[in-house]
Amino acid sequence: MKPPTRTETAPAWHLDGDALVLRGDWLAQEGSTPPFPSDALAGTGRSLSLDMAGVGRWDTGLIEFLWDVKQTARTASIVFETDGLPESARKLLGLLPDRVTEPKPIARRGFRPLTWLGGQVLGVLMETGILSSLLAATTSGGVRAVAGRARMRGIDLLANVRDAGPAALVIVSVVNFLLGAILAFVGAVQLRKFAADIYVANLVAVAMVREMAAVMTAIVMAGRTGGAYAARIATMQGNEEIDALKVIGIPVADYILLPAILSLVFTMPFLCLYGCLVGMLGGFVVSIAMLSVTGPGYLNQTLAAVALDQFVFGFVKSVAFAILIGVTSCRIGLKAGRSSADVGVAATTAVVTGIVGVIAVDSIFAVLAQAIGL
Amino acid sequence: MTALLSARDVTLAFGSKVIQRNLSFDVRRGSIFAVMGGSGCGKSTVLKALVGLLRPTKGTTLVESEDYWAATEARRTAIGRRFGVLFQSGALWSALTVGENVALPLRMFTRLNDAAIRRLVRLKLGLVGMENAVDQLPSELSGGMRKRAGLARALALDPDVLFLDEPSAGLDPITSSRLDDLILNLRDGLGATIVMVSHELPSLFAIADDGVFLDAETKTAIAHGSPSDLRDRGEDPRVTAFMRRERPAPLIAPLAPGKQTTP
Repeated sequence: MKPPTRTETAPAWHLDGDALVLRGDWLAQEGSTPPFPSDALAGTGRSLSLDMAGVGRWDTGLIEFLWDVKQTARTASIVFETDGLPESARKLLGLLPDRVTEPKPIARRGFRPLTWLGGQVLGVLMETGILSSLLAATTSGGVRAVAGRARMRGIDLLANVRDAGPAALVIVSVVNFLLGAILAFVGAVQLRKFAADIYVANLVAVAMVREMAAVMTAIVMAGRTGGAYAARIATMQGNEEIDALKVIGIPVADYILLPAILSLVFTMPFLCLYGCLVGMLGGFVVSIAMLSVTGPGYLNQTLAAVALDQFVFGFVKSVAFAILIGVTSCRIGLKAGRSSADVGVAATTAVVTGIVGVIAVDSIFAVLAQAIGL
Repeated sequence: MTALLSARDVTLAFGSKVIQRNLSFDVRRGSIFAVMGGSGCGKSTVLKALVGLLRPTKGTTLVESEDYWAATEARRTAIGRRFGVLFQSGALWSALTVGENVALPLRMFTRLNDAAIRRLVRLKLGLVGMENAVDQLPSELSGGMRKRAGLARALALDPDVLFLDEPSAGLDPITSSRLDDLILNLRDGLGATIVMVSHELPSLFAIADDGVFLDAETKTAIAHGSPSDLRDRGEDPRVTAFMRRERPAPLIAPLAPGKQTTP
């Protein structure tokens, strides 16, 4: 391909009457290929011949230049004689069209606030509708699953439950233990001023049971499991696996969404309960170490502090969070595009939506609890 | 003429599963070399070993008499830069536009400025007839267009060796023969050596001038030579049958019991 001549001369061209004279080495990767101005052929006659005598080495750089010449000649209705060209170069040049229609530039519309607002509102309404119908389809799938007629594989459900449950225990433990410990620290500093050390137990227990365990566990699961669901479903979308399911007639809601959402609904309440206990343990450890509180005293105070309905409240919330995370992350995966970047975007969106959604839903619960006096 | 690329007693395996064993062949400079064989005989795996994606469990490959697998990582990368690879389904980077796909190798490995890169990208896409698809995303392309865009990307750095994995599979006959012409012209025009994996007989006969035939049963090469030689003067009945599109009756049991169409 490359003769062993080491001396390279820059490519150059000039017009000699009706002949285009080329000199030098025409190598694409040198970046020295000159452009061919579109008005260069103004003074030539009906045809243009080519003089290649001065050309040394060449590769696609030469073809690049000659393509420009060919297009310019075509526009000016000049016949471009390529007889002087080596056979191989002529073949390559022959592959290139002599007229290139520039692709239409993408029309950029200005910013129209009203159009934008309308689009956003329609988008939100549309998403709400789709999410509701997904939820409905999944619920009916769940009902059929109870009757044993859902098109869901038990093995998928088990695998999902293992991923969302036992596999998440370590991170849930760590987060909740530290959270309980932090609550105890913060409470201890304040309560010690009033010699009310023992009420640290109340603070930790109530905060963990009502709010913290459910919210923190949900946030961990949104990041851990929600992101994974969205990425998995988006990848399936890209591989046309979802299309294959649809064609065969397996409902996507049954086959993919149901095990994903059910597994979260099964495991989250238990993770949340477990999180409460670990959180209280964290508070216990800090209190014993820092405050003048005895172990039995702390336990006694804790048992008196939380009523059963507080537990139920946390439990209900965690089920709601599970459904929220499951449905939104699956939906985000389903509507993802088909490129690798889209998978990343879907995972990010699922995590962000999950976390923001959990906190938003939690605040709604807080208002409701206030209203019913819980 | 020295061989540009050689396989020396190459055995390929995934774990304990042997794909092909004891392969030896030479690819002459400037030739179009075909790796032939039925489906599932390991053609693409052989290609993977040649381009440096899969280390042979035994034997080695030589690039211009240099032992590729004994070379250092950096040296292997340097050799690999002279390779252009067209993967089976294009393997375009889906997050980049077609133009950016072709431009990326140029941007990474040359010192060309943006304008020069743009012109080269347009040229490479023009060669495969896709100059209008510069700004499209791979997901918006049809299978054949993806393949041609992949070829344009493989050509980006003017490779010495062009590896093509099933270049014409899944293309209509006209696009496929246009691609054959393109490959021939690229070989003649750029002096590139071409190694292609294919079982598409028309394109094998049209362009390949040397090759190796792999067998799935015995897991090794059973014939060497150009496709038309193998068809007309082949000695192994399995190879000639494949090349003539016949069913080798004595070697393959009928698929289902019942009436047989061939006596």
